[in-house]
Amino acid sequence: MSVIECEHVSIRYITGDFKSIGLKEWVVRHLTHNFHVKEFWADKDVTFKLEKGDMLGIIGSNGAGKSTLLKAVTGIMVPTTGKITVNGSIAALLELGSGFDGNMTVKENTYLRGALLGYTRKFLDEKYDEIIRFAELEEFQDYMFKQLSSGMKSRLAFSIACLVNPDILILDEVLSVGDGAFRKKSGEKMQEILQSGVTAILVSHVMPQVRELCNKILWLDHGKQILFSDDVQTVCDAYEEFLAEKNKKPPRTKEAVLEMAAKWEQKEREKAQKKLKEKAIGKEY
Amino acid sequence: MKKIFNQISRYWFMFQELVHRDFTERYKRSVLGMAWSILSPLLTLLVMRIIFTQFFAKDIPHYTIYLFSGNIIMSYYRESTKQGMRALTSNAKIFTKINVPKYLFLLSKNVSALVNFGLTLIVYFFFCIVDGVHFTPKMLLLVFPIVCLLLMNIGIGSILSAVYVFFEDAQYLYDIVLTLLTYMSAIFYSIDKFPHSFQRLFLLNPVYVYIKYFRTIVIYGIVPSPAYHLLCLFYPALFLAIGIHIYKKYNHEFLYYL
Repeated sequence: MSVIECEHVSIRYITGDFKSIGLKEWVVRHLTHNFHVKEFWADKDVTFKLEKGDMLGIIGSNGAGKSTLLKAVTGIMVPTTGKITVNGSIAALLELGSGFDGNMTVKENTYLRGALLGYTRKFLDEKYDEIIRFAELEEFQDYMFKQLSSGMKSRLAFSIACLVNPDILILDEVLSVGDGAFRKKSGEKMQEILQSGVTAILVSHVMPQVRELCNKILWLDHGKQILFSDDVQTVCDAYEEFLAEKNKKPPRTKEAVLEMAAKWEQKEREKAQKKLKEKAIGKEY
Repeated sequence: MKKIFNQISRYWFMFQELVHRDFTERYKRSVLGMAWSILSPLLTLLVMRIIFTQFFAKDIPHYTIYLFSGNIIMSYYRESTKQGMRALTSNAKIFTKINVPKYLFLLSKNVSALVNFGLTLIVYFFFCIVDGVHFTPKMLLLVFPIVCLLLMNIGIGSILSAVYVFFEDAQYLYDIVLTLLTYMSAIFYSIDKFPHSFQRLFLLNPVYVYIKYFRTIVIYGIVPSPAYHLLCLFYPALFLAIGIHIYKKYNHEFLYYL
């Protein structure tokens, strides 16, 4: 049985006049036929399937529909058409910093966030010290949350969220939190969690990370699914070629992807050769 | 079975933490904050007592309690629905990122309003003693209108919170509604002077229905008719039904507006 199955998922967003115009304005615009609602497809016909232990990397430029897709997987949104089946508990780390209460202490916020993420009180009682230690906030436990620096805030958020033992882990660019030392620590923690056999989805713009961690890859562009594949390296090559290209036309066919990947590899090889040459020249002198 | 139990205990913990947060937010960790929630209705009562006694007191027995009944129920209703109205918007940052049941936010707001009402209720009974009201076991029946009122507040709160997500100016419009409702609730006057058929129109105002229940029991020591009890049940059922329907229908659509 697959852990996550996305079948032809499309998600429609609506934007336009209806947002925060107020009741009076809404009535007036309806009367004058000046009420416009636009809709756009944040995701169009996305299909993929993950088995236990899979690590999916989702790539694509801004506005490709990555976050929307994650929201649908976590159940915050429902697909307009298509179907998502999820077997197992999900822990989603989406935009960590928001949703805390500034007027509550660090400790209270830890419990509140923990509760919202679905932990039990017993679990939190046990893990609280560990969370605070990991976030390096031992001396700040009774501070108001608003008194913390932004780095501290995201450290706390990361620490709380990381203690989960979910079946499915969803990471939306959270691997880059805090300063250098903490980033290293958080990276290691993530590795540890990932190696424990969870199924994970990772959204990242850091290609080496995707290459290193993922065994499946999904490329989205303006909501459209370019490709879902388990040949991570090739797709990453193609994606990097796509990013380097000036006219930025996403490939439409599998062949085009392979072509782009080949092009990128060619470039990489040339670069490597050039370096080697330079080294050789350096030796000569 | 175990799964359902787990789900409930998870949500229960979430709910407790939300209530804790709403309390901290409300009373700002000060005793004065709590005292204020008692002081504020007392001051209103004092002013009303001084001013309106001249006009109405001679026709109404136990006028202080009469005023007080109207006041605390109206202010509980006002408080609870106004808080409930913000339940979704003020927690938007949470439920657009984490998948949590949205009604928990509303319930939590209602708990803090209910506790506040409980505090004023203590003062209310203290005044009953001072005013020489005869205490009877019938007063235990007051639990009934309180539960009805609580359920109705949750129902109305869910409707308002949804409307507030869609229309930002709803809060100003609702303020107007509240003012009108306050004047139509016969808080400081008696409706006896109106023609009989007109008096019935007051029952269209649910807040008045509960105020009247309180007065009938506390001041007159009479238990209202079974039909009146049904009316008390009708309003919460109606508003809860609408509220639940809206929450179900728009559960995933609130996201677009926030």
